[in-house]
Amino acid sequence: MEVLIYLVPMALTLGLLGLAAFLWSLKTGQYEDLEGAAWRAIMDDDEAAGAATQDRGVPPAA
Amino acid sequence: MRRDMVETRDLSHFVRHLDNGVARIDLAVDGITCAACMAVIEGGLAALPDVTRARVNLTNRRVAVEWNDGRLDPTRLIERLSELGFRAFPFDPGRAEAKEAQEAGLLWRCLGVAAFAAMNIMLLSVSVWSGNVTDMSPEQRDFFHWLSALIALPAAAYAGRPFFRSAVSGVLARRLNMDVPITVGVLLALGMSVAETLHHASHAYFDSAMMLLAFLLLGRALDQSMRQRTREVAGNLAALKAETAAKFVSSNEICEVPVASIRPGDLVLVRPGERLSVDGIVLEGRSDIDQSLVTGETVPVLTEPGANVYAGTLNGYGTLRVRVGAAAGTLIDDVTRLLDQAVEARSRYVKLADRAARLYAPLVHLTALATLVGWLICGASWHDALITAIAVLIITCPCALGLAIPAVQVVASGALFRAHVLVNAGDAIERLAEIDTVLFDKTGTLTLPAPELVNAAEIAPGRLALAARLALSSGHPLAAAIARAAHATQPLTDAVEEPGQGVHTRLEGITIKLGSPAFCGAEREAEALAAGDPEASRIVFAYGAERHVLMVRQRLRPDALEVVARLRAAGLRMEILSGDRDAAVERVARALGVDQWRAGMTPAEKIARIAELKGEGRRVLMVGDGLNDAPSLATANVSMSPVTAADISQAAADAVFLGDRLAPVESAIAIARVAQRLMRQNLAFAVIYNLIAVPIAVLGLATPLIAAVAMSGSSILVTANALRAKHAREAS
Repeated sequence: MEVLIYLVPMALTLGLLGLAAFLWSLKTGQYEDLEGAAWRAIMDDDEAAGAATQDRGVPPAA
Repeated sequence: MRRDMVETRDLSHFVRHLDNGVARIDLAVDGITCAACMAVIEGGLAALPDVTRARVNLTNRRVAVEWNDGRLDPTRLIERLSELGFRAFPFDPGRAEAKEAQEAGLLWRCLGVAAFAAMNIMLLSVSVWSGNVTDMSPEQRDFFHWLSALIALPAAAYAGRPFFRSAVSGVLARRLNMDVPITVGVLLALGMSVAETLHHASHAYFDSAMMLLAFLLLGRALDQSMRQRTREVAGNLAALKAETAAKFVSSNEICEVPVASIRPGDLVLVRPGERLSVDGIVLEGRSDIDQSLVTGETVPVLTEPGANVYAGTLNGYGTLRVRVGAAAGTLIDDVTRLLDQAVEARSRYVKLADRAARLYAPLVHLTALATLVGWLICGASWHDALITAIAVLIITCPCALGLAIPAVQVVASGALFRAHVLVNAGDAIERLAEIDTVLFDKTGTLTLPAPELVNAAEIAPGRLALAARLALSSGHPLAAAIARAAHATQPLTDAVEEPGQGVHTRLEGITIKLGSPAFCGAEREAEALAAGDPEASRIVFAYGAERHVLMVRQRLRPDALEVVARLRAAGLRMEILSGDRDAAVERVARALGVDQWRAGMTPAEKIARIAELKGEGRRVLMVGDGLNDAPSLATANVSMSPVTAADISQAAADAVFLGDRLAPVESAIAIARVAQRLMRQNLAFAVIYNLIAVPIAVLGLATPLIAAVAMSGSSILVTANALRAKHAREAS
């Protein structure tokens, strides 16, 4: 049963990691636009990159 | 008024300046329908110089734009969006919405912590339960229990706050709510488990306490999200109204500013055909004003310098210069005073959940006490008797009861949302389910707020199209109705407007005129038609020697007749209370087949009528939109407003419905009734659950395993039952 010395902290650490990930996702507003996020994943890069290219000072492709 | 007037637009009220030299504005955008719009908007805005970030939120139809503060004028953003084909309105997120978001954030964080704790403790508990029937050593069991305590105590202290807070404030206000038995149950379960762990006992209830919190928090978090979504839609609708006023920034310079930034004493310009966005006194100019949204009266009122004007009324032909500020002793004052009284006097409705809690909490607490005394009499030790009594409290802790009502409310709010009803108050669904009388206002509620051309079919299409094109040159609201009726888009050249009379021009050598019967010399024809329909406004179109009389008036909502008939079939009593004249109200009442109607009612008389009906034991739903309806909306048991209603009325109403149709009123009642039935069923489930579980606990047989199974089983049952409210509309 000595294995518990490793297993219990490991189980708790994994659980805490999950909790931390959830709290992080809440804090960064990952749930604010579920509908939009679903579409962004399948959007063409050319369209979605409009904002990003502007940041880099490159004119968006015509 | 003055030809050399300069006009600008000022959006600075809505721009927020972030610390790092970045400005931000939130826009509610009309017309976002799909993911492609998202790419178009973001790409289009980002192409503007200085814009650093443009992000569309497809869920709530809003766009957040950030740019380097300085050169860029935010009106450029709105222009850009309109070039792309979207109407955008600046938007003030407002404190109410921020508070809701904060509350939702807290609930989700608590839920995360509670769920994490419940799952990890359950992992340990299952080990203990299986160890108890096999070969676990007492040391190992104690270790697992201490570990559970280590997780449960801080997690409960964090995640239990929403319940503890509400329970404490409830007790301080001497009101028993559902959170009181929940708090008592959780604290006792944790306390007893720690004590048992200290005594090396084989049972601890850490898992029950955490699971209870996790289930209940899930219900509340979903409820809060639903409410937040409703509020966001309401916020967008408010932004889409785009209430601005033309404020004088110098003697001949006006600036279009949001109403929120107008202060009493400011001077504003009101142009022909505009809806007033402020209350005030006319300093200069004459006009006829349609006050139907305020008083219910459909005939325009002549307004001269010194007269009071109200927000929400529609200006006619004249241009007015208005000093902002409500004058003493006016209608507004009356309404505000009555509204304050009504809100104060509104009998505190006791929510179904709280009524259940009031019955339930003393009952279970007495049962626990009886268990303690009973076991002591039977000769059990103090320790055993106390443990059994606490086990009774834990197993009866209102998990199913706590979920029974919020779960139904979440699903029902969703169904209402799809039926175009936005609910303001949480308990509105319960109150709506109990009504037996519906009172309607007439103007703007049974009828549509904008006037419409009613005799289009009697006029030759070519002449009507010409009249409509001529109408485009006039600022008068009645002319706008004619232009709308024929979908006119091309104005005639050289049309001249004679204020207060009409417009005229020459086309291919023929004089054409559109305006009052006197202006077109057709009083006799107009009088003849007036006999049949006295409250319609008559506009004459003159084409050379031809005269066509156009009748314009507010029309009934397209489905008003069917909705009223169905409500009557459902056994509801109906009445019309209107501020308009006898003849106008009678006509509508007769058309709808409503035999009870009262006309010319003041706000105080409307309240008196509602009080009278309530005195007869009736439960009253008031549907109204006018400023004069606001006090009666607050007085009735429950109230609804169309989204076109005056702001004060919308705030006083329990629910707002969207669109031109009256059907949402009927749907709301139907959905509320189904929801009420499901809530009662859920409460019955909770009672049955307790009838089975309590004897087991009283006999001292409730192990943590039984508690866990019973709790999750009953929660799943009530949630599944609540989901049936989703199809409430179809079922009814």
